[in-house]
Amino acid sequence: MAKGTLYNKIWDAHAVATLPTGQTQLFIGLHLVHEVTSPQAFDMLRERGLKVAYPDRTFATMDHIVPTKSQKRPFTDSQAEMMMQAIERNTKDFGVNFFDFASGRQGVVHIIGPELGLTQPGMTIACGDSHTATHGAFGSLAFGIGTSQVRDVLATQCLCMDPMKVRRVEVNGKLKPGITPKDVSLFLINRLGVKGGIGFAYEYAGSVFDDMTMEGRMTVCNMAIEGGARAGYVNPDETTFTYLKGKEHAPKAADWDQAVARWKSYASDNDAVYDEVVKFDAADIEPMVTWGVTPAQSVGVNDVLPDPQAIADSGEKETSLLAYRHMKLKPGQKADSIQINVAFIGSCTNGRLSDLRAAAVVAQGRKVAPGVQAFVVPGSMMVRQAAMAEGLDKIFTEAGFEWREAGCSMCLAMNPDQLQGDQISASSSNRNFIGRQGSPTGRTLLMSPAMVAAAAIAGHVTDVRNFAPQGAVHV
Amino acid sequence: MSKIVVLQGRAVPVVGDDIDTDRIIPARYLKEITFSRMGEYPFYDERFNADGSKKDHAFNRPEYQGASILLGNVNFGCGSSREHAPQSLVRWGIRAVVAESFAEIFAGNCVMLGTPALVASKEDVAKLQKLAADKPGSVFTVDLQAMEVKAEGVVVKVTMPPSRRNALIEGTWDSTALLLANAAAVKAKAAILPHPSGRM
Repeated sequence: MAKGTLYNKIWDAHAVATLPTGQTQLFIGLHLVHEVTSPQAFDMLRERGLKVAYPDRTFATMDHIVPTKSQKRPFTDSQAEMMMQAIERNTKDFGVNFFDFASGRQGVVHIIGPELGLTQPGMTIACGDSHTATHGAFGSLAFGIGTSQVRDVLATQCLCMDPMKVRRVEVNGKLKPGITPKDVSLFLINRLGVKGGIGFAYEYAGSVFDDMTMEGRMTVCNMAIEGGARAGYVNPDETTFTYLKGKEHAPKAADWDQAVARWKSYASDNDAVYDEVVKFDAADIEPMVTWGVTPAQSVGVNDVLPDPQAIADSGEKETSLLAYRHMKLKPGQKADSIQINVAFIGSCTNGRLSDLRAAAVVAQGRKVAPGVQAFVVPGSMMVRQAAMAEGLDKIFTEAGFEWREAGCSMCLAMNPDQLQGDQISASSSNRNFIGRQGSPTGRTLLMSPAMVAAAAIAGHVTDVRNFAPQGAVHV
Repeated sequence: MSKIVVLQGRAVPVVGDDIDTDRIIPARYLKEITFSRMGEYPFYDERFNADGSKKDHAFNRPEYQGASILLGNVNFGCGSSREHAPQSLVRWGIRAVVAESFAEIFAGNCVMLGTPALVASKEDVAKLQKLAADKPGSVFTVDLQAMEVKAEGVVVKVTMPPSRRNALIEGTWDSTALLLANAAAVKAKAAILPHPSGRM
């Protein structure tokens, strides 16, 4: 078993009791709530006559179903409107903090937690959303939960948990110019597999993570779950503290120094013991693009699509064949030959200011290819405001991208932003599952936001370094 | 809560690795604010064409109607944390899932609904899936005491985390009551841990 890691320290600090089942009762420091996975949980509380135990540790927003063209109420989609009314009613009835449109702080739950300074090192963080792993970028233990567990956290601020194992995932050396955190993430999932992380928390480490910005770390931790790891984290360091300083909810004045000292104490010890350690060389990472129906089915942008017949494992081979049938692509085809119909920049993976800046570098002074629908969905109202303050919206609209309101949008297509028929998208989101972007026959190519912008301009997948050769897109 | 020790029923094979929760239940059905209709939707886009006509899927085949044990492969239930996925399976009639491996969140969600998510070896899952395909009328027994699944003379060993097994066989899988029992200890813990408002 792992010892002396950040994971162990946070676990121990938050363990309340050992339950009769043998599980640990784990205290949850921060509970984030959104409109889709919570209404049933609030109703369960009503049925049982329970209150929200710690409303001051509970923060809600709406992101999954909000339209991004017009957010005028009532929403055109009556189901979405009902869901909005439910979160408004539930947060009011139970006294939960609510970041709605009027607050100016609405956005994707995994974007607003960090930007408001709610997400802090050493915390346990839960949310009814698998991409909660994002918050691990701050050196917190953050994971997704189902709705019945949302009920448990609302009612008790705790979860029944079994400990995970800890795998240290090191990427050493220096990334080549033009390689972004999204490429690192897709590369790691490709190498470790979509099921490689089952039962593990991933500790991302090595010089690449030491040098990475907080927003980059969030991108990689966000997709830990796509590699099967329910949680991923980076040890807190000066980069973390600099990011947090001055954020709305971050500790202030005398509390700040005390907080930093405490946060530092959570970092894994130099002699920490891990269940597993794996190491990669940064120089091996190319701009990555997925071609299949799992986030591990990816290649470097200048590579050809792989031969399924070369796969030894029968199950993996079947998944590969399924992917080729769904994607209507051919083994041996060059990745950069794939034409696209739609370009989507946004999501909890890549909807932050640095992502939009990186895409804008590519878009500036160029035009979206004829026939391609390209749109940018900022991850939050605050990201949107900050981007507009530096004129990114103008760069995008002049290049032919639509500039939208904040939300999850076409990452999971619960709002009107959906692929039609078998359209193929270049997407900065996190999942290329069959049907994920709203059409059962729709097709998704995952890549970095800069690569999406490049694909939008070219009309097909292309190496972003052709557009921004000096690494200007590095975030 | 009821104790879940032995379950019996016919089995439905759902073959393939990495069957994600978007495939189990497409996101558009998550717009409903209750789980009550989820039983109508499992594998919806794999079972129905856009015009509503049926596709060939195990959940559509007459021989598997009324089956209560789902036989899956590797990384079953990966992706989204949506509890709507196990809710849709349970409300369709599934009482236990046996697979080569599960995504963590999905397996945890199953237990919250009193539904065992059991792991068996690749060879054993293949045996069970073949039996369910060749003789769909076979009655399977899932035994959490013996940690076995058996049918027609085939007996395979299954595993699950001991704590989850305990919760099911002791009938304590509804965790809210367990957690509420320690409210005082929780209060003491909350008082010494930092607060997201920045209070130390």
